[in-house]
Amino acid sequence: MSPADGAGTRPLVEIARLAKSYRRGDQVVPVLSDISLSIAEGEFLALMGPSGSGKSTLLNLVAGIDKPDSGSLRVGGEDITRLSEAELADWRAAHVGFIFQFYNLMPVLDAFENVELPLLLTSLSRRERRERVRMALSLVGLADRMDHRPNELSGGQQQRVAIARAIITDPTLVVADEPTGDLDRKSAAEILGLLRRLNEDLGKTIVMVTHDWHAVESARRVVHLEKGELVDGDGGRPPGA
Amino acid sequence: MYFLRLVFKNLFRHKLRSLLTLAGLVVAILAFGLLQTVVAAWYAGSDMASARRLVTRNATSLVFPLPAYYRERIRAIDGVTAVSTSNWFGGIYKDQSPGNFFAQFAVDAGNFFALYPEFRTNPDELLAFQRDRRGAMVGRVLADQHGFKVGDVIPVKGTIYPGTWEFTVRGIYEPGEDTTVTRQLYFHWDYLNEEIKKRFPRRAEQVGVFVVQIADGSRAAEISQAIDAEFRNSLAETLTETEKAFQLGFIAQTEAIVMAIRIVSFVVIVIIFAVVANTMAMTARERLGEYATLKALGFGPLFVGALILGESVLITLLGGGAGILATFPVAAAFKSAMGAFFPVFRVSHDTVVLQAACALAVGLAAGIAPGIRAARVRIVEGLRHIG
Repeated sequence: MSPADGAGTRPLVEIARLAKSYRRGDQVVPVLSDISLSIAEGEFLALMGPSGSGKSTLLNLVAGIDKPDSGSLRVGGEDITRLSEAELADWRAAHVGFIFQFYNLMPVLDAFENVELPLLLTSLSRRERRERVRMALSLVGLADRMDHRPNELSGGQQQRVAIARAIITDPTLVVADEPTGDLDRKSAAEILGLLRRLNEDLGKTIVMVTHDWHAVESARRVVHLEKGELVDGDGGRPPGA
Repeated sequence: MYFLRLVFKNLFRHKLRSLLTLAGLVVAILAFGLLQTVVAAWYAGSDMASARRLVTRNATSLVFPLPAYYRERIRAIDGVTAVSTSNWFGGIYKDQSPGNFFAQFAVDAGNFFALYPEFRTNPDELLAFQRDRRGAMVGRVLADQHGFKVGDVIPVKGTIYPGTWEFTVRGIYEPGEDTTVTRQLYFHWDYLNEEIKKRFPRRAEQVGVFVVQIADGSRAAEISQAIDAEFRNSLAETLTETEKAFQLGFIAQTEAIVMAIRIVSFVVIVIIFAVVANTMAMTARERLGEYATLKALGFGPLFVGALILGESVLITLLGGGAGILATFPVAAAFKSAMGAFFPVFRVSHDTVVLQAACALAVGLAAGIAPGIRAARVRIVEGLRHIG
């Protein structure tokens, strides 16, 4: 049985009546309203919707880099809306792996150092860190590019470094914001294949924002957002699934 | 360690910008150090003043002399242990170029060097000087500058006392301390007085100032008053003050220039602060996305703020260090170019400390605001800066 076989058995993310708005001058702009959603451990969920629908905001809330106005948001049984900024930073370091559209690698650091970055917040020794980084870079197929800086790598390779960085601390949740949005089709397919492997082979729970139907095909469940509301709360299947 | 590596790598990310900022820092810290050294050199004469020496001069003005017989009356005052004459000679050696300028004083050969223990003399040479009425003692720096040796005859053209005067070098005195000025020539007041008697009889038996040695420095004010009281209502009333106050009196005449130099030196620091602050503000603004990413990964605001503050401090310390190192050769070249204008011109320990402190202060001040901004960046907003 692969780890993914257990998907859906136990909720990792539980969202109830979540709301979020932004202030623009005197105006309050609602972004998310009354969102309730459950994401199971080992699930690969795609969040879809048009621009401005609130999908990135929902992802940011789940990842603990933004705070909701109301509602509850439990990840791994912990209500992260009650955590202070410092507690949230520690929580993210331990539980969340980030994959961004534009990779967000440190340009002055090489691939090895970029992947090592989250491990600096752990108590691992230098030797243990080195072993883990080598393993993660091998997993994403970049063992021979460790000393290359981001500007010496292609977009696809940079995103693979970012994926290695996202999984280096063995997080319970991986969030990906348009991970293929800046890549050509071939590189995008490689990245999606890698994400699928993370989900299926390593059992990582992945929440991915995308509006690319090819990306959606990799997900096990799709959730649509429109104007800050869930359109089909419990997820339509991706076409062809 | 990792933090420092990241700071160092970030520092040279924009090589041209960093090098230009570093160049600005080097020039600023160098200029600051040089100007501070000029100010210190201005006060060098007063630094070697002794608390146990007073100077008595004509109360009307330094340009008016005092009768030579005042010496005995001053010597008789309670607390005074020795009195020596000192006349500014103002002669020209070779020509009027700054490189050939040096001070000449006519002094009491018998006791002048006893009053100035900071001038270290060879007893045999001192005796030879005291026995030769045309003899002279020259300072080590002056001797080295012009190649004067014992036995050489130095011709000097008088300005206050016209004619060509010849002095035979009988000894070379050495500096006792770092601040001791050894760029002067001392010769016999008796020789000067004899010649004046022959050439300008009405100007004979007159003294520029008296250098008065006292037993107890804490009685300086009381003894000064006693000396001046001795000559009150006479034809030449006196003004007695400590040697340091006397030296500072000269500097006071140029106080505005010294103050201007001092102000300019700090203006230079303010300007480089603005340059570094601008560089760091630009740097922080450009990297908001990276700081947001670091925070998303779990790094705290302190780490993120320290990155920019550390970079600011590192660049100023590198530039400041290079500026401090450059100050020494530049000060040496400046001293050489200025000739005898500054008898003591050396970069002091205090100046180096002040340079380092200014560099550090600039680094901290320039990095604080961008550091706080970086530390406070909201992750969601910072991430929008990428792409």
